[in-house]
Amino acid sequence: MRSSTELKNYQNEQHDFKLRLATLGLLVLISFSILATRFYFLQIKRYDYYQTLAENNRISIVPITPNRGLITDRNGVVLAHNFFVYTLEITPSKVDNLDQTIAEIAKLVEVSSFDLKRFNKLKTQSHNFESIPLRTHLNDVEAAKFAVNRFRFPGVELKSRLFRHYPLGKLGAHMIGYIGRINDKDIKNLEAAEVLSNYKGSDHIGKSGLEQSYEKELHGTTGFQQVEIDADGQAVRILSSKAPTSGNNLILSTDIKLQEIAENAFGKRRGALVAIKPNTGEVLAFVSMPTFDPNLFVDGIDVENWRLLNDSIDKPLINRPLRGIYPPGSTFKPFAALAGLEAGKRHPPFSISDAGYFTLPNSSHRYRDWKPGGHGNVDIRRAITISCDTFFYGLAFELGIDRLTSFVRHFGFGEKSGIDINGEISGLLPTPEWKKRRYKQPWYMGETVIVGIGQGYTLVTPMQLAQATAILANKGVAMRPHLVSGISNTKTGVINTISGAASEKINLDEKNLEIVKLGMIDVTLPGGTAASVGADAGYSIAAKTGTAQVIGIKQNEKYDATAIDERHRDHALFIAYAPADDPKIALAVIVENGGHGGSAAGPIARKIMDYYLLGKLPPVEPTPADTKAIAPKPGENVPEEELHD
Amino acid sequence: MISQILQGLIKHIDSFLMSCVLFTILVGLFVLFSASGQSFDRVSAQLVNITVALTVMWVAANIPPQHLERIAVPLYALGVILLICVALFGEISHGARRWLDLGITKIQPSEIMRIAVPMMLAWFFSKRESSHRISDFAIAAVLLLVPVALIIKQPDLGTALLISSSGFFVLFLAGLSWRFLIGGAVIIGALLPIFWSMLHDYQRRRIEILIDPSQDPLGAGYHTIQATIALGSGGVTGKGWLNGTQAQLDFLPERTTDFIFAVFGEEFGMIGNLMLLTLFGLIIIRGIIIASQAKSTFTRLLAGSITLTFFTYAFVNIGMVCGILPVVGVPLPLISYGGTSMVTLLLGFGILMSIQTHKKLVASG
Repeated sequence: MRSSTELKNYQNEQHDFKLRLATLGLLVLISFSILATRFYFLQIKRYDYYQTLAENNRISIVPITPNRGLITDRNGVVLAHNFFVYTLEITPSKVDNLDQTIAEIAKLVEVSSFDLKRFNKLKTQSHNFESIPLRTHLNDVEAAKFAVNRFRFPGVELKSRLFRHYPLGKLGAHMIGYIGRINDKDIKNLEAAEVLSNYKGSDHIGKSGLEQSYEKELHGTTGFQQVEIDADGQAVRILSSKAPTSGNNLILSTDIKLQEIAENAFGKRRGALVAIKPNTGEVLAFVSMPTFDPNLFVDGIDVENWRLLNDSIDKPLINRPLRGIYPPGSTFKPFAALAGLEAGKRHPPFSISDAGYFTLPNSSHRYRDWKPGGHGNVDIRRAITISCDTFFYGLAFELGIDRLTSFVRHFGFGEKSGIDINGEISGLLPTPEWKKRRYKQPWYMGETVIVGIGQGYTLVTPMQLAQATAILANKGVAMRPHLVSGISNTKTGVINTISGAASEKINLDEKNLEIVKLGMIDVTLPGGTAASVGADAGYSIAAKTGTAQVIGIKQNEKYDATAIDERHRDHALFIAYAPADDPKIALAVIVENGGHGGSAAGPIARKIMDYYLLGKLPPVEPTPADTKAIAPKPGENVPEEELHD
Repeated sequence: MISQILQGLIKHIDSFLMSCVLFTILVGLFVLFSASGQSFDRVSAQLVNITVALTVMWVAANIPPQHLERIAVPLYALGVILLICVALFGEISHGARRWLDLGITKIQPSEIMRIAVPMMLAWFFSKRESSHRISDFAIAAVLLLVPVALIIKQPDLGTALLISSSGFFVLFLAGLSWRFLIGGAVIIGALLPIFWSMLHDYQRRRIEILIDPSQDPLGAGYHTIQATIALGSGGVTGKGWLNGTQAQLDFLPERTTDFIFAVFGEEFGMIGNLMLLTLFGLIIIRGIIIASQAKSTFTRLLAGSITLTFFTYAFVNIGMVCGILPVVGVPLPLISYGGTSMVTLLLGFGILMSIQTHKKLVASG
């Protein structure tokens, strides 16, 4: 029996318990209401937001990289193409111990020190989450070996990738250019051009030459697959897809055989050659020597090869036709002559009596002719033929710098030719204004005098010189020079022809042109400065030789080729067009430190013209080891007449 | 004859509670099938767990509460001893020392404490009937904190939390003074900033991430972010059974265990969620009714604690999947895959049924 107080206590306690139970019940209710509110927030209020997130989670757009367009020469010879190769690529961020992983891989497939060096260099240039090639060009056995062991290497992938290849290697490398891995700067450029999305999935981009300037045509349109993926990023199934469109093929105006003949003709010598079809602007050959193998650059060049190329005193990486600047020397004379004739000066039978030097009024300074003692009686035609300096000193002086430069500017001096590769520089055609800007100094009369023979401040690129020659050959009609003559649409098969529509027509008197032409034809005839170049040609060649000083020669010093370090010797220049009466080819050749234009550069031009005009192949090419022997040394076996111009 | 045996078998089964529990378990099996990527193996393994758990429940329902009262102290003592053994010789797996290898089988002593702690505390207060001395609560607090401290040390935050709450509910229902409760809350509130200032930066960072997982989206926050995406994209009606993309495509981690609610919410939407809450609510209401009708202090306190602990399970799990509570390892009751939690839960429901049905027998007899 319970006492009444106990019972009361018990009842109180019961009451308190139920109150507390009810409190907890309220807690449950409140808690569940909070959850319900949260459901409302997530599943109704923010439904759209999470719906989108879920879709993004689930669906991934996988880009399909298009095939890059091919590059062929005018006859269809393939200069750049693609093929599938296996590459072994590592994503550093997915690998715990990189060194160990590479060591393990090396047990399966050969990893050379070259591969390692390139990998390490690319690694420093790339983001950690990017896939970097360790080995390329795995053969089937190696690929199979790795595939079997793939599970051991998370973060390492065997990829079958389209690889760019330049089958002719060094041939025309500066013209064709190369592609390379996309870097941060490229990404910025693509972003600015608003085409970055088209490069999702692309690892490479044109870096130089035509590969760069025609990137838009060559790249193609990236396709994509919309795939459903799981959290590991593994595709579960394809939802939709859009096929990529291959890049367009480039058909060059260049004849690669001509290119080869030209490059072989240079041998080990440095220099540049540009050959143009005057009436169309088609570039037939575009030579920069020495050249390099563009295949080295495709997947990142290794440090060793890079140093070899970049540090070489021969500067093989410089695109000489576009970026090499040289004083035009005497190759400037035909243009100066035309300037004079068009200004009504020096028309035959005007002639001078050359004593071997020119002096300005009220000055004793002698502007010497290359021939001590002078050439005697010289008219304008002969002045071109024998390259009479004295004649042109006087002509330039009488014309004045402004009239001279404003005339020759029409031939492209001091201006970019507009050729379809990037990086061209505009050379220099000096004017008093320019000098004031550049040096804050007045223009001296003596400077005008030496411009007349292509010396002084004047600088030209081989491209400019070739273009000027082409304009001269085309009787003043300037065609835009172009390396690509057609773009073949891989989808429709339609070939879009590119023409070098005339950009300018210089009004020239036919008679004046005839005088200059005759002077230039005489250059390659007996008595001219390049008589040997024209010997037994079977067609007439209008040409001009030139020599550009590398180091200044003091007033009373005599130039002695043999006494000077090979690299300080004069550059040899040569311009020509042929056949002189119906020009099919115009060209400019520069042989660095080659000495005399007629003997060093002329024979190269002759080989080109022989092949292009007559289909004549040069005599059997000497092996590379012998090339030194055929490079004539200035002063040896060369007629005295051709030693200087 | 057969009906008599059947009658005997279900004599101690509370039909309402049983219906709700079985229905929830059935729903759980469907969700598990979807969450496991339609794995029959997973589902049949869970069926085995369920069978074992139902048997345990049936046994518990048939044990009169008086017997439970008698084993409360030895069970608690055994639990504490085993927890100490775990701390000394336990096996480490996944960075935590939770298991004890007994040679024949491996056990997780913290699971025993889920039921032993509320039983022990209920027993303790039943012996101190109608007294509300502070010292009693102090002793009770020690009885609670010893196992909790041992479990936190393992570390197993989820279990420690559930055991603490089960103990707290007993203390609260036993009549822990309101003043004490409010005073304690105020003191803890006041001490928190001081405690915070004593922590190292990295410790603070950990707590910050625990509270707000979105600060670490690729690490600790990944689970919660993916779970909220799954839930939110479910919308009102859900994507339909087996159609939850987040779940089916492996985006959800631990989607058959702690995060199974995200799969449920994605596939059945807000309507499904509310129905599940209702189901849980019905179970809790039934438990509260059983507790309120219980005749002895021990059964009252135990029934109340078991019911409210079940609520804590559900609330903490759903709250964490929804991203409003920190991620602690608490499964969704009756639905998450796993034998231990199923057995512990159904053991609790068995005890509830025992309390309810034996009371009736006593009353009618």
